[in-house]
Amino acid sequence: MSSIGTGYDLSASQFSPDGRVFQVEYAAKAVENSGTVIGLRGKDGVVFAVEKLVTSKLYEPGANKRIFHVDEHVGMAVAGLISDARQIVETARSEASNYRSQYGIPVPLKYLNERVSMYMHAYTLYSAVRPYGCSVVMGTWTDYEGPQMYMLDPSGVSFSYFGCAVGKAKQAAKTEIEKLKLSDMTVKELVKEAARIIYIVHDELKDKQFELELSWVSKGTNGRHQMVPREVASEAENLAKQALADVEDSDDGDM
Amino acid sequence: MAFMGDFMSPAPFWHNGPSPGAFYNFPANPSSFGSVNHSVQEFKAHSAAPITTTTTVIGVKFDKGCVIAADTLGSYGSLARFRDCSRVLKVNDLILLGSGGDYADYQYLKDIIEQKIIDEQCVGDGLQLKPRSLYCWLTRVLYNKRSKMDPLWNNYIVAGIQDGEPFLGAVDKLGTAYEDAAIATGLGAYMATPLIRDAIDNGPLNEESAKALVRKCMEVLYYRDARAFARYQLGVVTASKVVVEEPTEIKHDWSLAHMVHMK
Repeated sequence: MSSIGTGYDLSASQFSPDGRVFQVEYAAKAVENSGTVIGLRGKDGVVFAVEKLVTSKLYEPGANKRIFHVDEHVGMAVAGLISDARQIVETARSEASNYRSQYGIPVPLKYLNERVSMYMHAYTLYSAVRPYGCSVVMGTWTDYEGPQMYMLDPSGVSFSYFGCAVGKAKQAAKTEIEKLKLSDMTVKELVKEAARIIYIVHDELKDKQFELELSWVSKGTNGRHQMVPREVASEAENLAKQALADVEDSDDGDM
Repeated sequence: MAFMGDFMSPAPFWHNGPSPGAFYNFPANPSSFGSVNHSVQEFKAHSAAPITTTTTVIGVKFDKGCVIAADTLGSYGSLARFRDCSRVLKVNDLILLGSGGDYADYQYLKDIIEQKIIDEQCVGDGLQLKPRSLYCWLTRVLYNKRSKMDPLWNNYIVAGIQDGEPFLGAVDKLGTAYEDAAIATGLGAYMATPLIRDAIDNGPLNEESAKALVRKCMEVLYYRDARAFARYQLGVVTASKVVVEEPTEIKHDWSLAHMVHMK
């Protein structure tokens, strides 16, 4: 890495001569090492799927969740350092709560995204702090605006997406997502696709164990963010395993 | 940058002027504006008395749950000011809350309770606040406020399902609390409680008979309580669900009124 040893990567408050802030780029590297997170925005809602890497068999199943509720109507899936992400979740929750107490209505995701982005961005400006080592995806569904989804980077940049992926296998996942006709699909269909994509992009050789986390917020859930019910999730997971087995069989056949 | 001085502790903009938002206060001139010229006795606290008020809330326990009822009138003293003040609240899948007294204080506490429920949902462990916990929490909040000489001017009735059993409790503005199978606050305490207690003594209530009883009480109160209203809301909590019904109207008949002569 060209940045090391130059002295320009020691603080987030200093540019390098070619106009980069290396600390922010290192934060992005921390995100790239994490399990893959995808968000899909269909016609009637948003689906999150997370490949949660399990680094020890000694953990209880379901420990260290990577999908969070921010408010009744907003969900957040996170990639990167989990402890950093939890702090972002906490910030988003208090923003949502403040908005509710001030205006008496649920916070619009556009506004929440702006606030959380500004918060993350503030940590790229000072030498006394380090940027957040996580990317987060936020999603909601409302009656008047339909589904919405944003992804926020450690730099504080955020965009609205139809489909997004972040983490280890983001490239492979994006390629898969691009094959989908997202705006025509319902969340019921997207849950299956999301599970399938996570199973396909998972690298068994490098990371042995993982848990699939699935959540959605849609018209069908009355605009509430919920973990996907067990029956639906296990059906999607079984289909995903089947799809993976089919892919592997056809690979064997070619050889 | 010496010309800027010490920017960590800057000098004030100007000396001897008014602070932002205040009037000029000339030194040694007692006639100038300023709070210093008023004695404590001249102040009157307006916050510790109710303004927009609501009247009775009724709560009745039956074999498999509880019913709550309250009318939708918000009064300014004796003026019937607001006609759509809903005050039966579904808190979560286990709890119903009814309130009487100052409507603004109720709205204030309602927002806090609703945020509590959202915070709890955010934890995501599937656990829910139970009625006895909310009841106890209300006693703490209300007692704390009255101890600051600034009570929340409300009566609350908490109804719900506590570990499969019906729960019904009341908390008043002082934080005094009790559980009972029949609760009515305000004027209803004098006129509805005897009716409900009679009905309970005459055998166990089921959902239908409890609802009918509460409707009867609302009708009696409408005729006798000058702060009551014909539109009221009913809420039912059972183990399977919590429902707050749409407002219904009492069919009233005042044709006998001319025969009543109170002296």
